[in-house]
Amino acid sequence: MLLVTSVWPSSATYNRSTVPSFARRLIIFGLLVAALLSFASPVMAEGEAIKGTLIVRLDDVRSPVEGVTMIVSQDGTEIGSGTSDAEGHWLIPVPGPGIYQVRLDISTLPEGVTLTDPDKVELPEVEVTEGQEKTVLFPLGEGAVSTVSTFERVGTLFVAGLKLGAVIALSAVGLSLIFAVTGLVNFAHGEMVTLGAVLAYFFSTSPAGPGWPLVVAAVPAILLGAGFGWVQDRGLWRSLRKQGMGLISMMVVSIGLAFAMRHVILVVFSGQRRLFSDYTGQSPVTILGIPMVPKHLVTIAVAVVVLGAIGLFLQRTKAGTAVRAVSDDPDLAESSGINVDRVITVTWVMAGGLAALGGIFFGVNEAVQWDMGFRLLLLIFAAVVLGGLGTAYGAMVGGFVVGVTVEMSTMFVPSELKSAIGLLLLIVMLLVRPQGLLGSRERIG
Amino acid sequence: MVADQPFAEPVPGVAKSDPVLVVDGVTRTFGGLVAVDVGHLEIQRHTVTSLIGPNGAGKTTLFNVLSGFDNANAGEWHLNGGSLVGIPAHSVARRGMVRTFQLTRSLARLTVMENLLVADQHNPGERLRGALLGGWGAAEADAKERAAALLDRFGLSTMVDEYAGSLSGGQRKLLEVARALMVGPEVIMLDEPMAGVNPALTQSLLTHIQTLRDDGMTVIFIEHDMDVVQEISDWVVVLAQGAVIAEGPPSSIARNRVVIDAYLGEHHGDAAP
Amino acid sequence: MDLVAILRDGFLAMIGPVTAAYAIAAISLNLQFGYTGLLNFGQVAFLAAGAYGTSITVEAGGSLWLGIAIGIMLAVLLGAMLGLPTLRLRADYLAITTIAVAEVIRLVVRSSWAEPVTNGVFGIQGFANAFFDLNPFPPGETYGIGSWLVTGRRLWVMIVSWVVVLLLLLLVRRLINSPWGRVVKAVREDEDATRALGKNVFNYKLQSLMIGGAIGAIAGILLAIEQQNVTPDAYLPNITFILYVIVILGGAGTIVGPLVGALVFQFLFFTFDAFMASSQAEIGWLNTLISPAEAGQIKLILVGAGLMALMVFRPQGILGDPDEVTLDGR
Repeated sequence: MLLVTSVWPSSATYNRSTVPSFARRLIIFGLLVAALLSFASPVMAEGEAIKGTLIVRLDDVRSPVEGVTMIVSQDGTEIGSGTSDAEGHWLIPVPGPGIYQVRLDISTLPEGVTLTDPDKVELPEVEVTEGQEKTVLFPLGEGAVSTVSTFERVGTLFVAGLKLGAVIALSAVGLSLIFAVTGLVNFAHGEMVTLGAVLAYFFSTSPAGPGWPLVVAAVPAILLGAGFGWVQDRGLWRSLRKQGMGLISMMVVSIGLAFAMRHVILVVFSGQRRLFSDYTGQSPVTILGIPMVPKHLVTIAVAVVVLGAIGLFLQRTKAGTAVRAVSDDPDLAESSGINVDRVITVTWVMAGGLAALGGIFFGVNEAVQWDMGFRLLLLIFAAVVLGGLGTAYGAMVGGFVVGVTVEMSTMFVPSELKSAIGLLLLIVMLLVRPQGLLGSRERIG
Repeated sequence: MVADQPFAEPVPGVAKSDPVLVVDGVTRTFGGLVAVDVGHLEIQRHTVTSLIGPNGAGKTTLFNVLSGFDNANAGEWHLNGGSLVGIPAHSVARRGMVRTFQLTRSLARLTVMENLLVADQHNPGERLRGALLGGWGAAEADAKERAAALLDRFGLSTMVDEYAGSLSGGQRKLLEVARALMVGPEVIMLDEPMAGVNPALTQSLLTHIQTLRDDGMTVIFIEHDMDVVQEISDWVVVLAQGAVIAEGPPSSIARNRVVIDAYLGEHHGDAAP
Repeated sequence: MDLVAILRDGFLAMIGPVTAAYAIAAISLNLQFGYTGLLNFGQVAFLAAGAYGTSITVEAGGSLWLGIAIGIMLAVLLGAMLGLPTLRLRADYLAITTIAVAEVIRLVVRSSWAEPVTNGVFGIQGFANAFFDLNPFPPGETYGIGSWLVTGRRLWVMIVSWVVVLLLLLLVRRLINSPWGRVVKAVREDEDATRALGKNVFNYKLQSLMIGGAIGAIAGILLAIEQQNVTPDAYLPNITFILYVIVILGGAGTIVGPLVGALVFQFLFFTFDAFMASSQAEIGWLNTLISPAEAGQIKLILVGAGLMALMVFRPQGILGDPDEVTLDGR
């Protein structure tokens, strides 16, 4: 509701004729609905749940731990949370059979109590069957008093934001460049991200694969991702361009491709969340008073280097100049002797490789899953719109801004609403400066 | 020819006796590039005024700005004394200044008749309420009659039920002009109406354009072909690098040194009359 | 293998209320995409708005009928919210925003933050009793010939749903055959040209998005009523893309295309299900090769591939005029 009322005033200046009467009616509708929402009450269904009892052994005395927050989520969305009672019992109902993740919120543990195994703060795969109340265990023990200062919290979230931003930026640059040279927003870009992660999983962790270290496995994954970019352009998009298909139709084709690919990956990879065998459970190192996980730092560093290299490529090399020329004006580029088709292919190959790299880092930092790319796509879109659709540097800047904003926002809003914050950024940007931070006005025409 | 009794001195920015459109200090820049920088320009009512200039002189950009399809960085312009600054494109059209496009914009999957009917301004059925409640039959019949007359005039009456997309390039040009007329404009802006049209059609388009003036309209058109310009214009405005470098009756323009340097020099062979 | 039984299951699914709801959702998308050229990749959000608006109102103590009205209003509002920031911009901005909004709405409705209102992942059940109280057919009885049967409950929902389909088709026909519809089609063909003819293109696009939103909400409400259940995970993005297949299959920009598309699609979809189920029951090794869950996923691969193939090879669909499509590279 809030959004609507804030949107209207600016629109009233746009439209002199019929909209104001629309507006009045809409606001009345809005108020009506808001009034109804405010006194709605929940209904509880009976059935599956996850439960447990939190007990701590202190000097051989077992005592229940009260007031600890437990959180159940599924595929990154929170499903419910609960707090342990005076007996240490907690129970969180879940909607049905399936795989859930259960996390203990460490900050709610009483002083002097901690997890005996700090890596077990989250149980990644808790399977609940039909009608089951699944019991899970979190062993607790005596621990050092750990209070998190605001500075530490802000610092941690900022680093987490940079890490997420790195993943978004790596993935978004390709989407933006493809748009720049072809005018197509490729809705199958998220699946190119997933593909990179899944391929790297195959080469590194899958029992069916060669079992290479992830660093080695990343190489064929990126090459295959780039190769897939080439196949897509040569096998599909080029011929559609030649037959003169309009951009709207092409976007529909890309959404069909995304849909097909996503489910191919689902069939092959299954719906499970899987972790790479390398780099899981790293313990943080403290730098400048902020605990940082090494893999996060590596993600950020690699992204900065790769994005810097892309910048150099675009500015300093002949091929990069050609890419920029084609994105400025394809006809002019063509007439000045640039092979536009080849530039487009190069861009697709680059985008495929970058998306794969982004996917691998996404997998390292979270988990590999069939729909990870689709989930990231929303943030990628926020990033490219923020930075300016069709500008490579805009996608980079936008990626980091979105990553940091989204992570920092969890200080104020529940973390399950993270993606809503990304969307809010996108919409505000469309209203305020649709060409994006680095875009020029002509582009949005 | 009106040009025999000039209504103003051939000096850039000169005041006209009865201007319908007045442009003042309009600039439009893209990045660092100045596309349009027109100090003062008046368009005399009931004339055919052609806008010429070398490629990239800013002719189409000026059209875009004046018709509300692009925003000026600065300046103002008035149609019949009313400011058009910040007025959206559709309102500019409703106020009586209608434009066409350099690349023909036929509404491909609408029939020729529908293309014209869309341009009608008085149909209550175009509003949602009217569409739902009905009662727009009379207005529609009226519009159809006007459309049929226009199509007849432009030699398209045999194509009434064809999809516009199936017409030849030249027919589409004619359709676009007919459609613009259906709006009922006072000023019509034609962006290279003869481009890509065969010679026979060019002749018929020329006749049409002159008829428009004789019917009381003001025609502003962008053209490359100097023969065409000489033949039908009452007044010629020369743009180079976004600015008006000369204006006057066609005969004076052909002799103008500045113009020959800036424009004809570039196009030598094909453009000299 | 009992082919007749397979075809029967496919047929009964085809004439069922879910098909009617999909047809309605497709009529809505056809108005937005097929006629106006709006790339709405978040159609499912309008369905969700209708369903949640209705069920939350009933939960809050309102009547079902008030709930339906609020559900539709909510969708109209959503259309305005989506359209205002995007419809002045190029088509892709609407596509980006709608796909993102649809998914975020699902995530928000599902979140524990919204649980006091939406009941989170558990959803809201049993809000449509008022509708079933009006059922003139004894719900336990079955109607039909031989084994081609439907229950009284289902028959009631079916009749109402198909009547709504018919009414909405008449509404859309009236709109499209009016001068309003002509302008909307002109917008689809070329926005700038339409603007140059004095039409407020933004208003027409916004109206189309909002009217389409209302129709989409009706589809969502009918689905919710039929199932007496509204849960966030019923509103996955998949539905939007199935609707694109339906619209393009039937013929985008034709009046009855969405209906034909929905019938054909649902028949194929459910015949495939029945076929897989029956073959898996009979052929043991097929189960080890393709599990029932995988069969469902393979079906969705086919949906995606089918959407691409339709766009490339038969963009006019079943009913569209092939000449019309080749006119302009769209």
